[in-house]
Amino acid sequence: MKLNALTAHELLERLDKKDLSSSEIISSLDRQIQETDSKVKAYVRLDKTQTQTAKQASKSESILKGLPIAIKDNICTEGFHTECCSKILAGFKPPYDATVIKKLKEAGASISEKKTNMDEFAFGSSTENSCFYPTHNPWNLECVPGGSSGGSAASVASDEAVWALGSDTGGSIRQPASFCGVVGLKPTYGRVSRYGLIAFASSLDQIGPLTKDTRDAALLTNIISGYDPCDSTSANIKVPDFTQSLGMDIKGIKIAIPREYFIEGLDTEVKAAVEEAINKLTELGAVSKEVSLPNTKYAVPVYYIIATAEASSNLARFDAVQYGFRSTIANGLIDMYKKSRGEGFGPEAKRRILLGTFALSHGYYDAYYLRALKVRTLIKEDFDKVLKDFDCIITPTSPTAAFKIGEKVEDPVKMYLSDIYTISANLAGIPAISLPCGFTRDNLPVGLQILAKPFDEEMIFRMAYTYEQNTPWHKMKPKL
Amino acid sequence: MEIKKETVEYVANLARIELNQKELEKLSGQLKDILDFIDALKKVDIKDIPPTSHILPMNNVLREDNLRPSLSHQAALKNAPCAKGNFFGVPKVIE
Amino acid sequence: MEYEPVIGLEVHLHLKTKTKAFCGCSTEFGNTPNTQVCPVCLGFPGSLPVFNKTALDHAIKVALALHCKVEEYTKFDRKNYFYPDLPKNYQISQYGLPLSKNGYVDISVENNPKRIGIIRVHMEEDAGKLIHEKDLSLVDFNRSGIPLLEIVSCPDINSTQEAYDYLTVLKSILEYLEVSDCDMEKGSLRCDANISLRPKDAKELGIKTELKNMNSFKAVKDALDYEIERQSQLLKEGQALVQETRLWDEKAQQTISMRTKEGAQDYRYFPDPDLPPFIISKEKIEEIQRALPELPQEKTRRFMKTYGLSEYDAKILVSSKNNADYAEDCLRGFSDKDKKLVANWLIGPLAAVASASNLNISELQVPAKNFIELVELVEKKQVISSLTGKSVLQEMAETKKTASQIIEEKNLAQISDPQSLEKEIEEVIKENAKSVDDFKAGKANALMFLVGQAMKKTKGKANPKVVQELLKRRLSDA
Repeated sequence: MKLNALTAHELLERLDKKDLSSSEIISSLDRQIQETDSKVKAYVRLDKTQTQTAKQASKSESILKGLPIAIKDNICTEGFHTECCSKILAGFKPPYDATVIKKLKEAGASISEKKTNMDEFAFGSSTENSCFYPTHNPWNLECVPGGSSGGSAASVASDEAVWALGSDTGGSIRQPASFCGVVGLKPTYGRVSRYGLIAFASSLDQIGPLTKDTRDAALLTNIISGYDPCDSTSANIKVPDFTQSLGMDIKGIKIAIPREYFIEGLDTEVKAAVEEAINKLTELGAVSKEVSLPNTKYAVPVYYIIATAEASSNLARFDAVQYGFRSTIANGLIDMYKKSRGEGFGPEAKRRILLGTFALSHGYYDAYYLRALKVRTLIKEDFDKVLKDFDCIITPTSPTAAFKIGEKVEDPVKMYLSDIYTISANLAGIPAISLPCGFTRDNLPVGLQILAKPFDEEMIFRMAYTYEQNTPWHKMKPKL
Repeated sequence: MEIKKETVEYVANLARIELNQKELEKLSGQLKDILDFIDALKKVDIKDIPPTSHILPMNNVLREDNLRPSLSHQAALKNAPCAKGNFFGVPKVIE
Repeated sequence: MEYEPVIGLEVHLHLKTKTKAFCGCSTEFGNTPNTQVCPVCLGFPGSLPVFNKTALDHAIKVALALHCKVEEYTKFDRKNYFYPDLPKNYQISQYGLPLSKNGYVDISVENNPKRIGIIRVHMEEDAGKLIHEKDLSLVDFNRSGIPLLEIVSCPDINSTQEAYDYLTVLKSILEYLEVSDCDMEKGSLRCDANISLRPKDAKELGIKTELKNMNSFKAVKDALDYEIERQSQLLKEGQALVQETRLWDEKAQQTISMRTKEGAQDYRYFPDPDLPPFIISKEKIEEIQRALPELPQEKTRRFMKTYGLSEYDAKILVSSKNNADYAEDCLRGFSDKDKKLVANWLIGPLAAVASASNLNISELQVPAKNFIELVELVEKKQVISSLTGKSVLQEMAETKKTASQIIEEKNLAQISDPQSLEKEIEEVIKENAKSVDDFKAGKANALMFLVGQAMKKTKGKANPKVVQELLKRRLSDA
């Protein structure tokens, strides 16, 4: 098997034995990228060839021994372009590393200058909103890879990356993981530092892994998690070794199946695959029961107020003063702001900024923003109630498998509804994973979502690993 | 919910984003659709429900008043579209 | 129609911390532009704020010293607007749940106490500084992120003198707390004013004008005086006033209208999701309350009571904490019960010597015990005259010698022994027969003339009081 087709843990074993070097791995990946990325387009700035590894890590025995990792374009890497796939940040090179990048470098990872493609500022569910080009799903190049971490998911699925980091605000790791047949975890809010993640919605964003299997996800989560004094929303809570959960049996584990996730709108094939997966889990010893999460139907509207309100404020800093694109035709200060932002932001970014600004504006704050914050409380309470009596919740990750490129991009509401199953986890702050659980007749992957209590990623890994090791999905690869 | 073009213009001004006529019209329509869909929230009974602005049960996150290294002014200005000497330059601000 | 001014003052105060509100950059003033900056205070993408513990403690201190109620639950909000000196285009501030509310400051208006209410004291971060050139404006972010306290008074102020007094009292309280340099020139204390006029005895407020760009307390008073004049004139002419912001032009000594902004600013305040809220426990409040120093007004009352000083004198001594501490050392150390003697020397001659060197009395560094010795030598032991005492004091400040050392070295001791003065007294009487007759005839001035002559003869060393007594006795005998 080609080196780049192996998992991170397989490669680390061989690196440990000094069976191969990290540069051989990097070369293998580069060859794959040359072969297939013109079709997949998982990466941006392909002409950039530099890599960074922490100096001390390469000297002594590091955990990752130079193993490369693909990074989404909204995570700051010192001295390397970080542009959120937006024109307004063209040329931006942060003068600092995100905390997760620091941790990865300390662990010995190789970080490349080229980054993975994304929806501009993480605004999207298809990676069609990138200022560069859309990414194509390796399983079917006419389909989207999902978004906003579509590039990261596609790079892993196509073996153009060993593993990758993405970010998840409303499903942006899990939904592309589901569409691309890989594993994607959104950790508990506060588990992973947000310092250096270019913010979309501050109370919802989390960085997480996209990997070929659960073991890799556990390994990567170990490395990137942990309290960060630079992030006031970082939880000062011990990080267990998540790999210890792998292989624990699931006998007697109580699974909740929320009925609101299995109603009209859910594709029949997706439903069948997920139900089959639930059966598998009960075969393996778990116990399932139907529950209700009554406020599920409000999750998408609540999200689109809170997330866009926070985004409108977070993106105000892109004003052509200190960094980024400045319009050349502007006349005076206010014109500079308006034209730079008008030219620099794509249509989805403008839509969200305007919506968020509106929701916070005088006269509408109570009816929209404040109301949404209150309904968020109700949504969180739904999960608290259920998770008191159950160990985890299982749902489909997305109502459909990957849709065609161009199919939803002109209909914002339709696009927003594809987040319907993933959004609530961000609103409640709980951890959630997506892992492959089958295929549609069109050979498109279907994703299974497992959610758990805050800071109980161990339960998630335990369930996911057990399921994975008893099914063939994680070994299947697209034909490119 | 009906959203007038003037409202969209007002909001675009607040957000300092210039929209051409075509964009203004398209966005007004799309924002209306999105707000219609968001209006489902009006049905929820939120009486006595506290708002959640912070999802983690955390308080009093503070740091000690200790100096940390700053950036050099070169690093600070490196990405500036317009720098003059040690300063960031912007079109003249009229007060 | 008589109009009454209604004034509210908004003070912005730099809290004296080593580092900024939300990052570890230095808060020092006056360094090379854009060198005390980092991704956080520059608002770089991906950066996050973490609040400074000392800033919070200082803020609570101020709130308590201003008699405010400190809220148990408080949080930061984002105030959203675009301006080049605001790196994130939002300011981290407080809106709905500010740190504290409902305090007051007591001032004295024509010897009557008046209480000026304080609506709120809240925390926020400062913006950067703009310098305007011909075609460009330049931004320096060194100041961006410095912790600020905003102190908003109620519109309880009804004269420009009251405004001035309010600011003076506020500043002395803040200095006592040692939480700020309170230096308007360095920008660590800024003041904006809101003023409206209304007919006397009317209840409703008139149209409000906001005044900015005043760089000293005097400028605040002058700007308000100007505004009252300007607005009164307009009202007399029957013209309508418009709600606006005006800038004070120090050179031209007038206020100028800023371009009218399009309607009120929509700041879209919402809770800052990057900063979890603060719960301030009763214990913490009590701890800070206990540790508050004795504040100027309390100290003034105590000085009056303990040392028998007038309010006027006590206020002067108490005006700065260091001066008050020095004064108290002197007052306590002075053996005589009549502390006024020391107080007069502190307020008069010592203050004069200090101000000539541009210092305050504690900065002169004349040790309290030396000062006390000087006052005793002049007032109690009358070893030297008051006049001589003043020049001895000057020399004490310059040389750090004690009074007795200087008196001995320069042979300044007054002659007070009657026997030593006998000869000169006789001579004066003999040489000034006409004045002697004048005095005997009832002209009191003549005595002073004779005293003057005796002083001349002794080259000023005679104790003038003793000379006066001796002459009187001698002349009444003859």
